[in-house]
Amino acid sequence: MTTKTTLLKSGRIIDPANRRDEIGDLLIVDGRIAEPSELRDLKSEISEIDCAGLVIAPGLIDLHVHLREPGQSAKETIASGTKAAAAGGFTSIVCMPNTSPSIDSPSVVTWVLEKAKAEACVNVFPTGAITKGMAGEELAPIGSMFKAGIVALTDDGRCIQNHEVMRRALEYAGMFGLTVMDHCQDYNLVGKGVMHEGAVSTALGLPGWPAAGEEIIVQRNALLAELTGTPIHCQHLSSGGSVRLLREARARGVKLSGEICPHHIALTDESVRGFDTNFKMNPPLRTQRDIDLLIEGVADGTITVLASDHAPHCAYEKEVEFDLAPFGILGLETELGLFLDLLVHKKKAISLARLIEMFTTEPARLLRLDRGTLSVGAPADVTLIDPGLEWTVDKEQSFSRSRNTPFHGWELKGRAVRTIVAGETVWKL
Amino acid sequence: MSTQVTTPTPDLRADVWSRKDLTAIEPLSVGELTTLLDTAAAFKTVGTREIKKVPALRGQTMVNFFVEPSTRTRVSFELAAHRLSADVINMSASSSSLTKGETLKDTALNLQALHADIIVLRHSSAGAAQFLAERLQASVINAGDGAHEHPTQALLDTFTIREKLGRIAGIHVVIIGDIRFSRVARSNIQALTKLGARVTLVGPPTLVPREFEHLGVAVTHDLDAVLPDADVVNLLRIQHERQRKEYFPSLGEYTALFGLTKARAEKLKAEALIMHPGPINRGVEIDSDLADSGRSVILDQVTNGLAVRMAVLFLCAGARHD
Repeated sequence: MTTKTTLLKSGRIIDPANRRDEIGDLLIVDGRIAEPSELRDLKSEISEIDCAGLVIAPGLIDLHVHLREPGQSAKETIASGTKAAAAGGFTSIVCMPNTSPSIDSPSVVTWVLEKAKAEACVNVFPTGAITKGMAGEELAPIGSMFKAGIVALTDDGRCIQNHEVMRRALEYAGMFGLTVMDHCQDYNLVGKGVMHEGAVSTALGLPGWPAAGEEIIVQRNALLAELTGTPIHCQHLSSGGSVRLLREARARGVKLSGEICPHHIALTDESVRGFDTNFKMNPPLRTQRDIDLLIEGVADGTITVLASDHAPHCAYEKEVEFDLAPFGILGLETELGLFLDLLVHKKKAISLARLIEMFTTEPARLLRLDRGTLSVGAPADVTLIDPGLEWTVDKEQSFSRSRNTPFHGWELKGRAVRTIVAGETVWKL
Repeated sequence: MSTQVTTPTPDLRADVWSRKDLTAIEPLSVGELTTLLDTAAAFKTVGTREIKKVPALRGQTMVNFFVEPSTRTRVSFELAAHRLSADVINMSASSSSLTKGETLKDTALNLQALHADIIVLRHSSAGAAQFLAERLQASVINAGDGAHEHPTQALLDTFTIREKLGRIAGIHVVIIGDIRFSRVARSNIQALTKLGARVTLVGPPTLVPREFEHLGVAVTHDLDAVLPDADVVNLLRIQHERQRKEYFPSLGEYTALFGLTKARAEKLKAEALIMHPGPINRGVEIDSDLADSGRSVILDQVTNGLAVRMAVLFLCAGARHD
């Protein structure tokens, strides 16, 4: 039996799971991380990759991705979405259940896993809907979906409004050790809001989406996580007030966590002035004050996860009146660059090692994924990053089926240059 | 070929106007606003002649594309186009393919393919006029986009104020009522503040949120306190047919707090103007007799609307040909 051996040479190995940050070599044998000492005993041919000047990181994980299959393959497919993930440096992605039909039954979970096995170039971990049809009323078959392979529960894109339903879902999910991820939005307060409620929405006459509409659900989740003991992860937080509530809950030991997306720290509601629907997302872009508080939350460890909320939409769907356009933008291929550029280089809010931790061990621990580490014996998912590489975002180069990004033409510093899944290079610059 | 008799178009100089579209007041300079008002004044004199028609837009086609219902604005644009010798087509949402699922962009491109020169758009979405203007060679005139802007209404309001009071700069305009959902208010705020007027918004906080202060205006909830200092009161229509109960408890309570009653009108300066963009709810935002009184300029606004819309059509069409 032949073995396949790859040696990543002389890179800066940053492996937060093992508290490692040093220049060295990383050995991959048959798709797994191996002891460097094994190198002496190997007879097979070794392919070497020079990593001088590069960071050797555990394969990055994005726990908030819309792959759009089944049912919306004009926007994205599992094949195209995972290629975009690979090009962004991600070896594992957690996909959202708001597909057509939604992932609310074990058969759809199995369909996604089978399709991923056949077509995906990175690991795909599906989530299941909390409620049937994501309608917020009746529990979906959570136990059956767990057995079929979901890694978490979420009604992302929607938010359970009935607190009693949410409470019972949390209790039930706790039986399987599943984390519940929540898109925090109070429908009564938000109404038909399409952008942040503030000075800009007032000037434009567009319906406002007040920050309190997010914060009230973050606080609801703090109370219900405390009541039930089931961890809740607050998705794509946009408001500075949410960070404060999250910080307070975590300080008293509540199992509440939060993530942010790059657009919420890169852009403000001022961008909406031109009515360009590439600046329409849910939750909406807010103010500079919110950006400052979100970054403060990342810096002090209140926010533990970085994610994209990759949300592809066809050009014709986005090219409509602002209030009629769907929410969301592409994210997979720009998120590492944006976070590196903004959080590490420009704001110096966190170190490069912490950024990698937030993309690896933090999401892996939250959802109990067997990923995000360079430990010997672990699957050889590795991302090579050039943190100083300057590049320009070009939407036409995207592997996504869609083109809805507000970052076209942005000049960023830092990006992935090679993505390795189970020892195989699935993308390189 | 039209054989109708026309009056020569007045000799108008418009060096400061180069926009093919009028989508909002917000981006306009003071010079552009003044050009619009001066051009409207010239067209108003045409309206007093025996032959009210000028050949300025002969051979051009204007489409009145009203995705949201309207009578007076549509008719005003239609008459303005006729006075300029343009051909006019009226299209409403129910007669367009929008009800069949065609996008606004496709409907507009189809109109352009028929060589429509000017599209006047009334739409329920903020930004809809700008959306079309960016995609069409035709001139796009905003006749109201959601709660965003209604530029020609603001122009006719400022035109009327300037005509009656002789100036805009330094006067105090009080706008009362449903500001939150009002495109008329937003365009008026932009036009009046650019031209140097002082603007105070009055109404309950549910309809007049504090965020409006960012636009350079004052916000108050005490109508009686501001009336003695007002040169103009502009009463916006309470859109009670679309308002829910959380904005104010009842029309009766609204009138008690914010209606321009006879008693309140006593507090106004003798020369203060009463304006209303219409249609009026008599007895709600304004006392019925006051609406018909000598200080009401509500019908002058309608007359001036015609001149203002002629000016807008004339200038935008001219910019497209230059």
